[in-house]
Amino acid sequence: MTNPAIDVRSLRKSFGNQHVLDGVDLAVEAGSIFALLGPNGAGKTTLINILATLTAADSGTAIVAGHDVAEDPDGVREAVSLTGQYAAVDEVLTGEENLRMLARLSGFSAEQARARATELLTRFDLTDAAARRAKSYSGGMRRRLDIALGLVADPPVLFLDEPTTGLDARSRQALWRTIRELASAGTTILLTTQYLDEADALADRIAVLDGGRIVAEGSAAQLKARIGGELVEVRSADGVLLREIPTDGSLDSLRRVLADVAADPASVAVHVVVRKPSLDDVFLTITGAAPQSTIDAEQEVAA
Amino acid sequence: MSTATMTMTTAPRVRRPTRLVTTGVMIGRSLRHTVRNVDAMIMAIMLPTMLMLLFTFVFGGAIDGGRGGYVDYVVPGIILLCAGFGAASTAVDVADDMSNGIIDRFRTMPLRAMSVLTGHVVASLARNLLATGVVIGVALLLGFRPNADVLDWLGAIGVIAVFILAITWLYAAIGLAARSVEAANGYGFALLFLPYLSSAFVPTDTMPSWLQWIAENQPITPIIETIRGLLMGTDAGTRPLWAMGWCLVIIAAAYLWGSWLFARRARRN
Ligand SMILES: Nc1ncnc2c1ncn2[C@@H]1O[C@H](COP(=O)(O)OP(=O)(O)OP(=O)(O)O)[C@@H](O)[C@H]1O
Ligand SMILES: [Mg+2]
Repeated sequence: MTNPAIDVRSLRKSFGNQHVLDGVDLAVEAGSIFALLGPNGAGKTTLINILATLTAADSGTAIVAGHDVAEDPDGVREAVSLTGQYAAVDEVLTGEENLRMLARLSGFSAEQARARATELLTRFDLTDAAARRAKSYSGGMRRRLDIALGLVADPPVLFLDEPTTGLDARSRQALWRTIRELASAGTTILLTTQYLDEADALADRIAVLDGGRIVAEGSAAQLKARIGGELVEVRSADGVLLREIPTDGSLDSLRRVLADVAADPASVAVHVVVRKPSLDDVFLTITGAAPQSTIDAEQEVAA
Repeated sequence: MSTATMTMTTAPRVRRPTRLVTTGVMIGRSLRHTVRNVDAMIMAIMLPTMLMLLFTFVFGGAIDGGRGGYVDYVVPGIILLCAGFGAASTAVDVADDMSNGIIDRFRTMPLRAMSVLTGHVVASLARNLLATGVVIGVALLLGFRPNADVLDWLGAIGVIAVFILAITWLYAAIGLAARSVEAANGYGFALLFLPYLSSAFVPTDTMPSWLQWIAENQPITPIIETIRGLLMGTDAGTRPLWAMGWCLVIIAAAYLWGSWLFARRARRN
């Protein structure tokens, strides 16, 4: 990558004696969508807050849009926008007033601010609620307003911390579309998500943060390839998942697994499904949070 | 690499707003908050008005036998109390902002996030001057008869405005120091006792000597005596100087304390 919009080297951050980030390295190409995954408490929000100048790192460097977050925070602030994990809207103001306020604070004239507010209200399907105070919004509406606020200034780098949490399916699809449009217009987007299908569908590259470090990085396809080929799912007659056994995709290993299943006296009347691994499988394997049955299965195959 | 990154899109980029625009937007925001917080507005006006009625009708009779004289004496003190009530909610407003995500949004923008506080302070000034006007109106109805000319009135309003600024900055800093909105409310309430330990309601020479010392040397007394001097023509002596000195010291100290607290909370978060 010749021209990363976000370049993080050996970033460390502790809270008390808890090492939340323990040497994070990350590079995000300009104009790409980058998804940061990780279990709860992995430090995703902490990392994004450091990149958006809200939190100071203990050591390491982070360059965002050419500006060092520690040395030139104002330079970074002119180039980024953060929509945090928790809604940051002014509840006393109406949706429209919130947007206009943000536009004015981003250097728009009063006239431009009004136009920008109208445009974003339309895009985020909030026109009907524009004149209502944000306090009266539903959770999903508030989230949509929150994201719209983050897009007012159209900065070159966008941080979205769990942007689709709490959104209904339609709003989520609409947001995916917006994110893709922004990226194809050149905006660099770093987002976190707990929905792995979202990372799969949206991100050019994915990184998994666990134990304070990036433990895996690559495109969705590359990550899936890491855990091998097809998975064999063993289900009971009524569809309950009994076991999940990874294979390396070769005919040999598939045959061995199937023979094992057939030899098991418990497997009368079971259904066997062979499928490609999903990002969930990757995530569970990499972060060590795999359910017991999968771990057993792995040992079985290894044996 | 920054130029290459910047030229990736043709869309307009974040521009740094001027200080004036930022401050103006924040003032507009806080004024909207003020106007929409009907409860706080009513409290800021009702409580001092009720105190005025209480002091003139209930205590006034017992204190000097007739109502007229005591109204004239007590109004300057009530004006100060009034400003205190209205300013106390600034602590709550600031604490509320700090616990809400909106402040983090401002902090990630290329603007002086401290101007959020300026917005609250200016809104408090507007709110309290309005409340002061109402209280003075009620006082006039109750028989308050100042012998002040236009210049005296302007002077008195100026002193009141400076006092409101001082106490509001103090409350804003308290709001930053408090760990929660409720705590901000509690700490703010404590300050409201200061006017009672002053010459607001009774002359200090009626107090026991230790209390008299406190009352004479705390900031409220010279401010009240200055307003009393301007409105009633009493001799305030050097007290106007003390009054302005106190206010400026409080503003400077609260501003510095507030800036320090704000920066500290910004780093922590
Ligand atoms: N200000 C803070 N003070 C102390 N500890 C903190 C602070 N902020 C975060 N932490 C701790 O750092 C760890 C990482 O938190 P963070 O919010 O970054 O995780 P996350 O990956 O975003 O999790 P989630 O998926 O639940 O949002 C957690 O253990 C959290 O308790
Ligand atoms: Mg988080």
